[in-house]
Amino acid sequence: MFSNRLVNILIPLISVFLGLLVGAFIMLGFGYNPLTGYLSLWEGAFGDSYFFGETLRQVTPYILSGLAVAFAFRTGLFNIGVEGQVIMGWLASVWVGLAIDAPMIIHLPLAILAAALAGAAWGFLPGLLKAKLGVHEVIVTIMMNYIALYTSNALVRNVISDGQDRTERIPETASLTSEWLAALTQYSRLHYGLLIALFAAAIMWFILNQTTRGYELRSVGFNQDASRYAGMNVGRNIILSMVISGAFAGLAGAMEGIGTFGYQSVKGGFTNIGFDGIAVALLGGNAAVGVVLAAILFGTLKVGALNMPTSAGVPTELVDIVIAMIIFFVASSYMIRWFLLKMKKEGK
Amino acid sequence: MGFLDILQSIIGPAIFFSAPLILTAIGGVFSERSGVVNIGLEGLMVMGAFVGIVFNLTFIDTFGSWTPWVSIFVAMIISAIFSIIHAIASVTFRADQVVSGVAINFLALGLGLFLTKQWYDKGQTDMVSRPFYTTDVPLLSDIPIIGPLFFSGMYLTSYVAIALAFVGWYVLYKTPFGLRLRSVGEHPMAADTNGINVSRMRYVAVMISGAMAGLGGSVFALTIALNFSHSTIVGQGFMSLAAVIFGKWHPLGAMGAALFFGFAQSLSIISSGVPLLQDVPQVFLLIAPYVLTILALAGVIGRAEAPKAIGTPYIKGSR
Repeated sequence: MFSNRLVNILIPLISVFLGLLVGAFIMLGFGYNPLTGYLSLWEGAFGDSYFFGETLRQVTPYILSGLAVAFAFRTGLFNIGVEGQVIMGWLASVWVGLAIDAPMIIHLPLAILAAALAGAAWGFLPGLLKAKLGVHEVIVTIMMNYIALYTSNALVRNVISDGQDRTERIPETASLTSEWLAALTQYSRLHYGLLIALFAAAIMWFILNQTTRGYELRSVGFNQDASRYAGMNVGRNIILSMVISGAFAGLAGAMEGIGTFGYQSVKGGFTNIGFDGIAVALLGGNAAVGVVLAAILFGTLKVGALNMPTSAGVPTELVDIVIAMIIFFVASSYMIRWFLLKMKKEGK
Repeated sequence: MGFLDILQSIIGPAIFFSAPLILTAIGGVFSERSGVVNIGLEGLMVMGAFVGIVFNLTFIDTFGSWTPWVSIFVAMIISAIFSIIHAIASVTFRADQVVSGVAINFLALGLGLFLTKQWYDKGQTDMVSRPFYTTDVPLLSDIPIIGPLFFSGMYLTSYVAIALAFVGWYVLYKTPFGLRLRSVGEHPMAADTNGINVSRMRYVAVMISGAMAGLGGSVFALTIALNFSHSTIVGQGFMSLAAVIFGKWHPLGAMGAALFFGFAQSLSIISSGVPLLQDVPQVFLLIAPYVLTILALAGVIGRAEAPKAIGTPYIKGSR
């Protein structure tokens, strides 16, 4: 009745359902109508073409940060540092956008490449420490997040701008914005980055599933000792995985830097794109297609939530609770699995 | 500016900033020593800060000048209860403990801000009118040199934090309960064979970490932040986690690390008044604690051994 494959698809679906259910109960508990709440969320995400454009715009960085977390996960690494890598990618793309004067065909790819490299560099160090010294990547990447935040702030304030709180806008030649996409969606901030994100998802699938290197990366994720015994260089694979993961994260930063905003500012706190990427990757089962689907869900929830206070009176933070509960249920999939197994036995 | 004045201007803020970190880190030591990774410390601190502030605002008329003390006590209880979610996920449901901790962080912030909007109709609460105040300790503050340095213009909560670090050390290393807790984190199967209830020990340890983080979060809120918003607790929990590791999973070590982080944090705030330091760009002082933690982990400051069974759920009957 329930094959393994089916269970793997059912678990995220059940988790999303349970998460939304908890959200509905909370709305009930505080005297809101859950139906009105979720309807206004739906309206806010898909109600007209402007909202739809904004939803897709939000989905773009989520795909990339989700891919970043997922890629490292597949090699058995937990990259909490996606947040910091996003910030560095954001900074690098804007910096290259401002510092260089070149025609678009050179300038734009250069800015994107810079973002990927900056993110990769930020992922390289934790990878190196893990591979050579066995230092746990979770703590190192958390620390790297803060170093990224403060370094970026200092650079924006003192180096790229003259004591300002934000850099100047990047020139058109380095920008991902699209007159056409914006016009199509009633001037939302939708930009060409979405294509890059989808392309990156395809690349991740290709690397992991179609190349020898990808086989090694996944193998290290399953069992380091067996991989070493089979002659694979575990350390090199760990470093490579963190570098590629960081590059995806850096690209996510570029989506915001040269796509949505066009500048980098002094940040009081984290962007949360990286942290939300953890949720995206988990729900997406750490696979490319899953990540894209999960990013669409979370992008929808986040953008749709902005409509909830005005049309249903529900605070936007309800969605954060729902997302937390979804992660919780996915993490506790043992319970769901056990329940499905029991149903299977009784069904016989 | 004399040397003593400089010292005084450094030591005061250092202890003041590190008290919340010390409290949270001790809790973290308990949880991790029992074999449960607790990345959720950040979220538990958020919960503590939220409860501390809301209780303080609501019951100021009932408890008068005792309000802040009652507030941190209530925050401690509520956070301990809240942390059961992490225990259920990581002990009973065998969830990935890091992931469950991340969920705790999301949940605490979401819940706190949701309820803040619900109750105060805006993004942050009002400022509390009765926070903790600095005091001079009677008698002790009259001792020359030591008095002004350590016993005047201090928060009593800072002393509580330091005292609790010693209590934590005593409990963990000098009582049967502590031995059992550590054994569960090192070799749960051996502990189980000796009749120790592994799951119960881990539940208790996680709840202790919840209580301590609640205390830490509320102390932070009632000494430093004075209200609750999305930016009240930003990274203090993660910094406490770093202190746990920097302190080699030992309560006193964690206290030392937390004091050091508090010191580094205070440097970036008071540096303008201290010669030598005022020429250092602030960013270096800001990132110092994090860089030092990485260096510590990389073995520059001696190798740290994590509890053996950390991060793995215990499944009865499996080898």
